[in-house]
Amino acid sequence: MTTMKILKPGMYTTIQDVGRYNYQKSGMSVAGAMDQFSLRVANILVGNSDGEACVEITIMGPKIKFNGDALIAVAGANLQPMINNEAINMWSGVKVLDGDVLSFGTAKSGCRGYIAIASGIDVPEVMGSKSTYVKGKVGGFEGRILRAGDEIKIRSSEENNFTGIVKLPTEFIPMYNKDNTVRVVLGPQDDYFTENGVNTFFSSHYEVTNEVDRMGYRLSGSKITHKTGADIISDGITMGSVQVPGHGSPIIMMADRQTTGGYTKIATVITPDINIVGQLKPGDSISFKSINIEEAHKIYRKYMNDFDVIRESVAKLQSTPISAKKFKVRVNDKEYEVSVQEIK
Amino acid sequence: MYEKTKYLTAGDRALVIEFGDTIEEQINAKIRSLTLAIEKEGIIGIIETIPTYRSLMVIYEPLLIELDELIDKAKAIETKMGEMKLPDAKVIEIPTLYGGEYGPDIEFVAEHNKISTDEVIKIHSSTEYLIYMIGFTPGFPYLGGMNDKIAAPRLAAPRTKIPVGSVGIAGTQTGIYPIESPGGWQLIGRTPVKLYDPYRKDPVLLNAGDYIKFVQIDEKEYKKIEELEREGKYKVIIRGKERR
Repeated sequence: MTTMKILKPGMYTTIQDVGRYNYQKSGMSVAGAMDQFSLRVANILVGNSDGEACVEITIMGPKIKFNGDALIAVAGANLQPMINNEAINMWSGVKVLDGDVLSFGTAKSGCRGYIAIASGIDVPEVMGSKSTYVKGKVGGFEGRILRAGDEIKIRSSEENNFTGIVKLPTEFIPMYNKDNTVRVVLGPQDDYFTENGVNTFFSSHYEVTNEVDRMGYRLSGSKITHKTGADIISDGITMGSVQVPGHGSPIIMMADRQTTGGYTKIATVITPDINIVGQLKPGDSISFKSINIEEAHKIYRKYMNDFDVIRESVAKLQSTPISAKKFKVRVNDKEYEVSVQEIK
Repeated sequence: MYEKTKYLTAGDRALVIEFGDTIEEQINAKIRSLTLAIEKEGIIGIIETIPTYRSLMVIYEPLLIELDELIDKAKAIETKMGEMKLPDAKVIEIPTLYGGEYGPDIEFVAEHNKISTDEVIKIHSSTEYLIYMIGFTPGFPYLGGMNDKIAAPRLAAPRTKIPVGSVGIAGTQTGIYPIESPGGWQLIGRTPVKLYDPYRKDPVLLNAGDYIKFVQIDEKEYKKIEELEREGKYKVIIRGKERR
């Protein structure tokens, strides 16, 4: 059985999948990956189903020793992944061998990386999900962030016959910038804001403050003015809800958000662009662009279809016979047969 | 209650169905009915719902259902809701040990209202409180209907750790802490009943739209229930709500 031993935990490392649904009416946060595009693609690259759990890492990556062979893929933020101190490709399958150590350098771009492991992580599903919800002490590994010394089991590889090394075609690899525009749909409480307030929201650049975590992103910048007040009778909150409390600065509600809240929500970030928010770091800049719901749904369909396209192209690359050349080499009077493969 | 129900967009995967902008039992009852009716209908494409004081958030999958279609179906359900047979609301009994180390602020609440602690207990445990919604933390009930005679301001300095099961008062609200968390409520008692247990078949005990009633117990009974809960053997007392 293969395991991953955490030698150093990194800044904030948890096990996450696509999230825990069906319990929001009971006050359970959904949790799940902050950048679901990277999570899904990392899984596709190792032959997992899209929604399998990955290790989510934040800015400073962990140091992980593999006990046993495994096929992994690292996607999302470029935190300079290395195996045994040698840089490895991101957005690509990578073979790791028994005893190999995966570590990370400094953050080059983005905020959160995802480590997918072929066959998946062997932790129990709690309420239908492997996602760690730290505040509720559920899911992932003992319901908490990973610590040095933790040993996480990998599911037996018999269930996964995906062995090839496949790189994601470059056109699908996202760029993480310091200046970002995310698309939002107005509402549900846009009518609580003055016309000026709404204009301010769409014409300003906001800075990501230091108060960012898996629950939400607090932004600073031009104040958004309410008509009368910022308080409403508590109602539902969804991923990407942009809350504006009385102080006038927006907060984007993310994976570990509470399910309900009593502040006005001016707009909601569309699903594909939430992945951009999940890659923002303190000091980055963000602005908002309004689109209507019809357009948002058109974009959503294209976004979801892209996963099928990616899966198909990965499957094609996987089935392409890799040309191998065989050589005979003599070293120290011993003859070795060596096969050299060109990896695409 | 609004004359016409509002359908509000909350991004590309959520719809808010809003019945009003006040806290009223009548509105909340309508939300409970709509939640149950939607569940009963089993509409493909609806992932889950979040019922709150005066609205219902419907989380949907746009690949499976168009927004217009979803709104049409919700409207159809709303019109025929009166004829649908929906289960009556329930009353869940919450055995509570009042005062002492379990409810260190009960004297304050009594003094603040110029009544005895026994009267605080009597008033607090004589009402069936409507669970308007569950939110804030897993399993936290927002309750309505507390008597003003036991109202008390929040603590000036919130406690950093409030034990699981603590029963408190903040202003004219009462509530129970399902997980250990910081908070500024005046604590008057504690229940050994687990409102939240992620490893139980039904992880959260309470549902919006039902009622709870606090029932005073002594320390012996508290320990007994606590032990049964630990073994997963405690059966909560639930009865039907009498119709008015």
